[in-house]
Amino acid sequence: MLSCQELTELVTAYLEGRLGLLDRLRFRMHIGMCQHCRTYLREQKLVIAAVGHLPAEPIPDGVRDELLDRFRDWKGEDPKP
Amino acid sequence: MIPDQVLVARLRAGDEAAFTWLLDRYHGPLMRLARTFVASAAVAEEVVQETWLGLLKGLDGFEQRATLKTWLFRVLVNRAKTRGVREARSVPWSALGPEDEGEPAVDPTRFNARGRWTSPPQPWEDDTPEALLLRRETRAQLEAAIEALPPRQRTVLVLRDIEGVAPDEVCGMLGLSDANQRVLLHRARAALQRALERHRAEEDERC
Repeated sequence: MLSCQELTELVTAYLEGRLGLLDRLRFRMHIGMCQHCRTYLREQKLVIAAVGHLPAEPIPDGVRDELLDRFRDWKGEDPKP
Repeated sequence: MIPDQVLVARLRAGDEAAFTWLLDRYHGPLMRLARTFVASAAVAEEVVQETWLGLLKGLDGFEQRATLKTWLFRVLVNRAKTRGVREARSVPWSALGPEDEGEPAVDPTRFNARGRWTSPPQPWEDDTPEALLLRRETRAQLEAAIEALPPRQRTVLVLRDIEGVAPDEVCGMLGLSDANQRVLLHRARAALQRALERHRAEEDERC
């Protein structure tokens, strides 16, 4: 039987779908019986989802203008038919 | 979302709106990724600029075997690695460091001798990512925890969990084995969960 401590080290492999059939089965059986590990897994998924929702900094206007200038130069150097 | 094929054709034709769209969409993510390699914001900004110029230079030869996004990230990683070396902040990607292997996901004192929880995780009140991030403190905690990660873990976490790059792409970009990529991701995610758990516990104490 998988211990809770062992389970917390297998969470990523489980979520990545990289556990073998037997380990996957043992993981699921444990989760089915252990409320604490269900909480741990749920919170891990929540952390991953929250990280995915962190917005990036917007591009500063000055940087955008400068890069657009470079784009125009690039275009000018290399006229397309 | 504009399909790559359309976007590339418009860029090649010199369409400024297409380039602006690309800048607005990817400049921030590129900066965030660059910061995992180089300490200085100014150097990161340079690396991102070089990446954009690299895009323009390579655009005519771009064969769309990868997505434009992956291609941009790959160019950035290559440039950032070189700069990281010069900044003396380079870490080898072929092997893991002690900071990536030592620490368990959960503090061992929270389990008994048979590995069962003695101090189990407490259910969080906010059970959607949106609700979690609505609290400004939680969001700041999460961002601080990401910044505090060891460099390699941070790079992998940003690519995988923030930018949604596929595992095999990340391995290819960084020159990492599949197993090591997973170890880095595991350590990083566990560290963030520990940080948020600590933060929630402090909040509960205050209530």
